[in-house]
Amino acid sequence: MDKTFDVWKKVPVREQKPLVRAHNFDEVCLGYNDEEAALEASRCLSCRIPMCVEGCPVSINIPGFIAKIKEGYIEGAAEVIAQSSALPAVCGRVCPQESQCEGKCVRGKRGEAVSIGKLERYVADWTREKGIQAGKAGEPNGHKVAIVGSGPSGLTCAGDLAKLGYDVTIFEAFHQPGGVLVYGIPEFRLPKDTVVKHEIENVRKLGVKIETNVIIGRSITIDELMEQGFEAVYIGSGAGLPRFMGIPGETANGVFSANEYLTRNNLMKAYLREADTPIRPGNKVIVVGGGNVAMDAARTALRLGAEVHIVYRRGEEELPARKEEVHHAKEEGVIFNLLENPIEILADEKDWVKGVVIRKMALGEPDESGRRRPVEVEGSDYVMDCDTVIMALGTSPNPLISSTTEGLEINRRGCIVAKEETGETSRFAVFAGGDAVTGAATVILAMGAGKKAAAGIDDFLRNR
Amino acid sequence: MYRITKVEHLSEKNWLMNVEAPYITRSCLPGQFLIVRTGELGERIPLTICDYDREKGIVTIVFQVVGESTAKMSQLKEGDCFTDVVGPLGQPSEFVKEDIEVLKQRNYLFVCGGVGIAPVYPQVKWLAEHGVKADVIMAARSKDLIFYEQQMRSVAANVYITTDDGSYGMKGVGTDMVRKLVAEGHHYDVCVAIGPIIMMKFTSLTTKELGIPTIVSMNPIMIDGTGMCGACRVVVDGQVKFACVDGPEFDGHKVDYDLAMKRAALYRKEEAEKFERYKASLQ
Repeated sequence: MDKTFDVWKKVPVREQKPLVRAHNFDEVCLGYNDEEAALEASRCLSCRIPMCVEGCPVSINIPGFIAKIKEGYIEGAAEVIAQSSALPAVCGRVCPQESQCEGKCVRGKRGEAVSIGKLERYVADWTREKGIQAGKAGEPNGHKVAIVGSGPSGLTCAGDLAKLGYDVTIFEAFHQPGGVLVYGIPEFRLPKDTVVKHEIENVRKLGVKIETNVIIGRSITIDELMEQGFEAVYIGSGAGLPRFMGIPGETANGVFSANEYLTRNNLMKAYLREADTPIRPGNKVIVVGGGNVAMDAARTALRLGAEVHIVYRRGEEELPARKEEVHHAKEEGVIFNLLENPIEILADEKDWVKGVVIRKMALGEPDESGRRRPVEVEGSDYVMDCDTVIMALGTSPNPLISSTTEGLEINRRGCIVAKEETGETSRFAVFAGGDAVTGAATVILAMGAGKKAAAGIDDFLRNR
Repeated sequence: MYRITKVEHLSEKNWLMNVEAPYITRSCLPGQFLIVRTGELGERIPLTICDYDREKGIVTIVFQVVGESTAKMSQLKEGDCFTDVVGPLGQPSEFVKEDIEVLKQRNYLFVCGGVGIAPVYPQVKWLAEHGVKADVIMAARSKDLIFYEQQMRSVAANVYITTDDGSYGMKGVGTDMVRKLVAEGHHYDVCVAIGPIIMMKFTSLTTKELGIPTIVSMNPIMIDGTGMCGACRVVVDGQVKFACVDGPEFDGHKVDYDLAMKRAALYRKEEAEKFERYKASLQ
C-alpha cells in the first residue's frame, strides 16, 4: 500500500467488481480497513479554520474526528461524530460529499479532497462491529415530544431531543422504521439489516420509542397528539406523491413510479424469492430522470436482470445524482441516453408498454436553477423499444397532515412552511423539517433540519 | 399486537375476522380501508373495513382467498396475530361530512357484489344511526356467498337479494334488481355500488341510464396506502387520481373501468406463480 500511496490522491476504497455486483444486492463499496483509514486520515491537514465543517449540514467536527483516527483512538473519533450526527454509518454512505465537506476541503485545490465520507463510514462501522454505543441519553426532564416519521430527519430530531432528556415517541406509517433509508435507498448502497437497523437501534437506546403502523392525519391527528400530552410535535414526514410526466400512454401496464419499484424491492424485499410481494423486473427498462432515485431504480432493475437505459433531458454535467452513483451505474452497465426526453409511451393491444417515443434535446440558456435549460430538437423523434418505464421525477407534497391540521401553513407548492433556523411552523408547538418542508432533497439536509428543530423545540419548551 | 379475536369461514373462499386494532377503530369512518401484513416477508394487503367497535378497539375485516397472501391469512386462527395492521386509510364516504338534514331527504340505494357486502355495511349502519334510510341490494353468484345478511337487515330499510344461479332471492344480477326497483316506482337520489370492477362498471352504466348519481369504491393494487407509491392510479373523468389519497370512492359515472381492470391484472402472472409455489409447499 505504502509504495503506491500518493498524498495528492484519495486512498482508493475497495469495491465489489462491477460485473460481479451487477448481479447481486450486496453492498458495492467495501469501505476502508484500519491501515487504509489511518493512511487516508494522515492526508488531513487539520486546518485551523476547517472549511469542510462549513460544508457539513450537521457541522460535524471533521478535523476533530480525523485527528482521533490519526491517534488510533477510533472510539474517540466516534464520540466526536456522535456530538453532531446520530446516523454516521448512513451519512458516510449516502451523503453527496463532493458538494459538501469534501467539496470545501483545501486538499481539493491541488489534488483530491480527503475522503471524509469513507472515514466517517469507517468509524461508524468500526464502532458497530465492536459493539460500542456512542452518545447517551440525558437526565429525563419529563417533557413529551412527538415526532412524525422515522426517516433521517425524524431520527435525528428524536436522537438530539433524547440526549437533552426529552421523552420522545416517533410515529411511523410503515411497518418498519427508517423512512427513505429502508424503502428508498437500495441494499447495495445501504445495507438494511446491519447498518440501518443498527443506527435505529442506537436511537432507541437513547430511550426513543418508535410506534410503527400509525398514520398521523388518519390514525390520529396532530391536535389529538397534543391532547394526549405531547408538548411539541416535529413533522418529518418526508416527500410525498410521486410525479408522473402527464404524457400519453402513461397509465399503461409496465409504467411505475420509482417509489413503487424501489419500495417493492427494498422495503418489501421483492428481490428475494421467498418474499410475498411481487415485482416485474422487466427485460428492457427505461428509467426517466437523472437524480439519485433514478440511479437507484436503474441499478436495481439491472440487478434484477434487465437491460437498463437512463433517459435524462439534460446533459452529463447537469445530472443531479451523486457522482459516485453515476460512476457506479456506468461501470455496472447502465446505458445513459442523455439529452433525450420521452414524449409518449406506446402500448400493445393489451395495454402493456412496448416502447417509448423519445425526442432529442439540446441545451439552451440557463434557467432559474442555474442549469442550462433543455430545448426540444424538432424532427428528432425516435422509438426505443422497452417493456418497462420507471418514472423518477421527484415528488409533490403529501396533503395528509396539512389537510388534517388546522392552521398549518403550506406554500403554493404544498410544502409545509417552517423557519429554517428553528423548524417552527405557523402552528403553536408544531415544528417541521426535511422533505415535507423543502420538497425532495437529501438525507443529510433532512438530518440538518431535524437537528435544528431539536434545538428549536428545546428552546421553545424551556422558554414557554 | 394485532390479535385476532374471531375467525369465521363464511364460504369456500371468504373469511371474516375480528382483529384488535385500536389505532384504527378510534378514528375510522365508513368508506375507509386498512392494510394488513402476515409474516416478516409478507405483502401489504389493502382491505375494506366491514365493521368496528370503538370501545373494544376491534375491527372486522372480510377477505377472499385469491392468492398466496390471502391464503396465508386464512390459515390464521383465533388468538393468532397479524404482523401488521395499519389504517384507517383513504377518504371517508362523502356523506359523513354532509348536513344530516339534507341526507335525511335522500333515498340511498346500495348495490353490493360479493365481498363488496363488507364495505357497504358500515356505510348503511352509519346512515341508519343518523336516521337516514337506505335500501340495499346484496348480489352474489350463489346463496353461500351472501354473508352479514342479518346485520344488514337490522340497519337497512329494505334488503333485496339476487343470485346468479337463483339459489337465493331473485335469479339475476344486481343491475336486474336496480331496474326492477326503479320500474316499480322506487326513487333513488344516490346509488353506492361496491364490488368487483366489472360489477361496478355495469351498475354505473345502468344508473347512468336511469339518471341516478353513483359512487363506487376502487380497490386497486397499492403498497403503502398513503400516497407514496403511486401504484393505485385510476383515471376518473380523464384525470389520473391516486385511489389511496383521493379515493377510494369516486364518481361511478366517470371512472375508466376498462383501464382499472387491466391495471388489476398487472402482477397476475407473478401472483399465480407465487400461489402455485405456496400450494405446492403445503402438500
